[in-house]
Amino acid sequence: MKEELFVSGRNIPNIDPYLNIWHWQIPLYLFLGGLAAGVLFFAGYFVVRGKEKKMQATVKWAPIIAPIALVLGLGALFWDLKHKLYFWQLYTTIRLESPMGWGAWTLMIITPISFVWVASYMKEIFPWWDWKFKFLDKFEAFVIKYRVYLAWVMMIYSIILGVYTGILLSAFNARPLWNTSILGPLFLVSGFSTGLAATIWISKDEKERKILSRIDLIFIFVELFLIVHLFMGFLAGSETAIEAARLFLGGQFTVSFWVFVVLLGLIFPATLETLELWGYHVPKWLPSALILFGGFMFRFIMVEAGQITRYLY
Amino acid sequence: MRYAMAIDTKKCVGCGDCVVACQTENNVPHGYCRDWIVERVDGTYPSLDLEFRSERCNHCDNSPCVRCCPTGASHIEDGGIVLVEHNKCIGCGACIQSCPYDARYSHPEGYVDKCTFCIHRVKKGQNPACVEVCPTKCLHFGDLDDPNSDVSLAIKDRKWKVLAPEAGTKPQLYFLT
Amino acid sequence: MKTRRDFIKISTVGAGAAALTYKALGSKGFGLFESNSVDPVSDEELTPYPTYCEVCFWKCAGWAYVDKSGKIRKIVGNKNDPHCNGRLCPRGTGGVGMVYDEDRLKTPLIRETRKDGTQHFREATWEEALDKVANKMKEVKEKYGPEAFGLFNHGTPGGQLHHLLRAYGSESNAEPAFANCRGPRSSAYFSTFGAYVGSPESTDIRDTNCLVLIGSHIGENMHNSQVQEMSDAIDKGATIITVDPRYSTAAAHSSFWLPIKPATDIALLMAWIHVLIYEGLYDKDYVEKYTFGLEYLKDHVKNMTPEWAYGITTIEPEQIRKTARAMAGAAPAVVIHPGRHVVWYGDDTQRGRAMAILTALLGAWGKRGGLYFPEGVSVPAYPHPHFHEPEWTWKDWNAGRYPLATMGITTELLKASVPKYNYKHQVKAWLVAGTNLPLSMPDKRLFKEAADAVEFIAVMDTMPMDITGYADVVLPEATYLERYDVIRSAANREPNIALRMPAIEPKYNTKPGWWIAKQIGERLGLHDYFNFEDYSEVIDWQLKQLGTSLEEMKKIGVKKYPRKSGPLYLGDGEDFEFNTSTGKIELYSVDFADHGFDPIPKYTKHPEPPANFYRLIYGRAPMHTFSRTSNNPNLSDLMSENSVWVNPKVADLWGLKRDQEVWLKNQDGAITSFPVKVRVTERIRWDSVYMVHGFGHNNKKLSRAFGRGASDTEMITNVAVDPIMGGTGMRGNFITFLTEDPALEGKEVKA
Repeated sequence: MKEELFVSGRNIPNIDPYLNIWHWQIPLYLFLGGLAAGVLFFAGYFVVRGKEKKMQATVKWAPIIAPIALVLGLGALFWDLKHKLYFWQLYTTIRLESPMGWGAWTLMIITPISFVWVASYMKEIFPWWDWKFKFLDKFEAFVIKYRVYLAWVMMIYSIILGVYTGILLSAFNARPLWNTSILGPLFLVSGFSTGLAATIWISKDEKERKILSRIDLIFIFVELFLIVHLFMGFLAGSETAIEAARLFLGGQFTVSFWVFVVLLGLIFPATLETLELWGYHVPKWLPSALILFGGFMFRFIMVEAGQITRYLY
Repeated sequence: MRYAMAIDTKKCVGCGDCVVACQTENNVPHGYCRDWIVERVDGTYPSLDLEFRSERCNHCDNSPCVRCCPTGASHIEDGGIVLVEHNKCIGCGACIQSCPYDARYSHPEGYVDKCTFCIHRVKKGQNPACVEVCPTKCLHFGDLDDPNSDVSLAIKDRKWKVLAPEAGTKPQLYFLT
Repeated sequence: MKTRRDFIKISTVGAGAAALTYKALGSKGFGLFESNSVDPVSDEELTPYPTYCEVCFWKCAGWAYVDKSGKIRKIVGNKNDPHCNGRLCPRGTGGVGMVYDEDRLKTPLIRETRKDGTQHFREATWEEALDKVANKMKEVKEKYGPEAFGLFNHGTPGGQLHHLLRAYGSESNAEPAFANCRGPRSSAYFSTFGAYVGSPESTDIRDTNCLVLIGSHIGENMHNSQVQEMSDAIDKGATIITVDPRYSTAAAHSSFWLPIKPATDIALLMAWIHVLIYEGLYDKDYVEKYTFGLEYLKDHVKNMTPEWAYGITTIEPEQIRKTARAMAGAAPAVVIHPGRHVVWYGDDTQRGRAMAILTALLGAWGKRGGLYFPEGVSVPAYPHPHFHEPEWTWKDWNAGRYPLATMGITTELLKASVPKYNYKHQVKAWLVAGTNLPLSMPDKRLFKEAADAVEFIAVMDTMPMDITGYADVVLPEATYLERYDVIRSAANREPNIALRMPAIEPKYNTKPGWWIAKQIGERLGLHDYFNFEDYSEVIDWQLKQLGTSLEEMKKIGVKKYPRKSGPLYLGDGEDFEFNTSTGKIELYSVDFADHGFDPIPKYTKHPEPPANFYRLIYGRAPMHTFSRTSNNPNLSDLMSENSVWVNPKVADLWGLKRDQEVWLKNQDGAITSFPVKVRVTERIRWDSVYMVHGFGHNNKKLSRAFGRGASDTEMITNVAVDPIMGGTGMRGNFITFLTEDPALEGKEVKA
């Protein structure tokens, strides 16, 4: 029999018996970031493609979600900080090796962009809107004139933001469950899928919904493919990686992951969307709600489970 | 200069003196610790093998905690000692996640805390508190670049291992076996 | 059954709860209450005060470092002290937790009965409490004579009360250290060599080539200098032989581990003696010159071959021979460690004798690397009138039994307190200091009977230990870091003394032991025995007699003196007269023969566990001293509860899982008050279980220790008394597991 134990009574809060230093705040932050990235990407995409008129909800309405989500996400991150009064230290330095720092800066850029984007549509959305100040009106005119360029910048930063939500975790070599480069694309795809779901939910235009649903189905398919890939990668890896995968293949996260994330969060809504495309009547909020729920659960489970996985002991 | 520590598992009795000495020297709050002891038992009665390891921050050469810190609070001092500057730390927890040894924790005051190799003592030429107190003298500290330092002499003619070498962090705690 | 003396759990005042709330609301998250005391302070900014440790009996000298705000930050060993060589053990380092334990006794308490008949403690002034104790002492003296006032003592505070009782006219004292601990070894070594091994033991581990540990677990007991010297011995490549049914820490660091079947040690020892004699490996010159009785011994062990021992001990004959030869090869630099807590099976003095004989055959007594001749400084007594000889003393309880007992036997003091045992000399009241009887006395029923029978109990302690719940008056003592105490002068290689002085003023309304003793003494008209204002006067006077002063000692803490008694070791062929009846080392004990005991030890079979029961082996953890440190905030961080070690085979049989909570029940039906977690480990034999002693406290006021782990003492109801010196053998108890809470089963449990 092999036995390994602490004999000096080590029992540090949130560290022992297994790491649990991040709770719901970080997964929420990642979820909201991915959601905003998805919403903003497709808003930019359809503007660049010149389909602004056809995709009204995607370009004008849904982006309202983005600044709200980003602010809430930053709020969650702030909530999670244990030494809050020193928050400003994040912006005194640029540390390219630190995903956390990277994310702080990305958000610093994309959050204002999302505000500007929404602002540039304020008068279209609310015809009674008045900026009150002359220089704001001038600025609005400027943005509208160069909106396509803004759309390009926004798309690029959306991708960075989406990938970042995965890299934040995958950069931790010490947590075998996270330490895989698939997590970047996987979270990106998942984030975009949640963005699409939110947009579909908002859109009242049947044609727009169909276009978005088709794209979403592709993303869900890719996401499922990447999930399979993720586990294949683990199972082909070292003992610690195999142990990490086991948490989901018979271990304590098996049910929550396969039922809530894969079945209810991906396969079931994908089926519903397909049925809808085939003309069956489906409650139109249901697939979107499931995808959003699944997206949050995915991040929550990954964060919880990843903290348990380790090299030692 | 490269500070390091060697821990003689053949002599350690797992008494925990290093842990209390650290706690009183560094004012570590009750319920927390910067160093700790692991006991490993292998085999079947009566063919057994027992090892005690006094563990702490490995002050890695390739330290993921320093790389992932968004503010530069985690940094490397002269001699390779990995430190956290309290007033720069925002308490995001990234370094805690990044450490394969679970050597860091969130101090009740908010910042992240860990072993400092008692840098306040080392700077004055003293040994870290844990080394100074150990009744079995199983802890050896010093500069690896100095061939006559306590730690260099300790690992010179002995077999040693480091913890989780596969994590690639180049840890600087040498466990003599 | 309703007893006269209800156990009172000293009730909490709101302060603790308020402190907790503050902490909970505190700085977490925002760092608003940035505390300045967080960062480490360099030694230059601290003031060191000399002390010697009181967390255990090793009494290592050290320095208490006090910061500018008057807080003791740390305690560090005195580099000049042979007990610690500048390195305190975890308990010494954590001694600071004794001062800052918020559960400390804070003010004198007096037992009162309310109108409804319930009893409680009332906070009292020192005047009231001391008057109460003094008046009771007067009353007992008038009614029964001063001898009827008994004392349980341990450590330095006990010494102060001992002085008080001697002045008052009583010598009815007993300390657990003798009959419940090392007594058999004292009697065994004294009858063999005419000398004691002392404390610290005079084992020359530092220079040994072979260290033999029989049930002695250095490393788990942190007998500081021995742990250090064992470590040095490992460095030097000394052979270490450990005999233990458990894979102890020492066993893990040994060259040979003999996993002996419990209760068979004497058979192994006799087989070793057989090998040494019949293979001609013993030190012939030494034995011829210094010992008496080789022929008897040779004849006695004739048939005690390794093959014979194998059947008893389960140690293979080849292992026995190999280890005996290893000892002989290293002789005379061999330490057969005499052990310390040696009250196991009731024939412990005889086992000690066998170890002493083995030492003699190897020629190791008085030799470098064996056992050296220790020497202490004799501290002159501070002038006081002669003590009146009491009409009877602790010796009279024994009434001819236990002829070789050299100190009071605690269980006899308990029995003398219960009228139904009809002792000729009965005890009516107790002082208790520095010993937590409910957790240190075997046979708890006897303790309860006695506590209920006596008229009065006064307890002096620093913590609300279980014993305080039985007290009529509780006297809160200042901790060792807050008081002057007697000069330490234990014998060692080099004679030396150490000073203890207060590093800080006593916290709360606590007082030093000397002050309490003096105040009671003054009330009894014994001023002449306490002819000083402050104890520092006593110490200063004594130090001046020793050619130093309080002033000097405050600066150095420890002072060494040259030896006067001669060299540390016997010279080659040097003539030496031993303090025994024959003047020689007695392989055959004339004294034992005279008293009708076996003059040469022999193996007797001891009871074995019945089916589904396991022998209870208990021991030490390096971070705790018995039950006294369980609540220390620093040390409970290291270990907050004990566990019961169970072999995986046994765990399988019972379906026990790691960390599962079980209750233990012994052969007499006694059940532990609290559950204890299971540790499934290969480190223990399948016929035994192991527990660290000192947990399972039953006083809620001990906020960290209450209900944590289980008390092994509760499982010790069968005591095998050593007829030679009254030792209480405690290893003959067997336990089984209860996986369901016995309280839920009500009274249906059948013992």
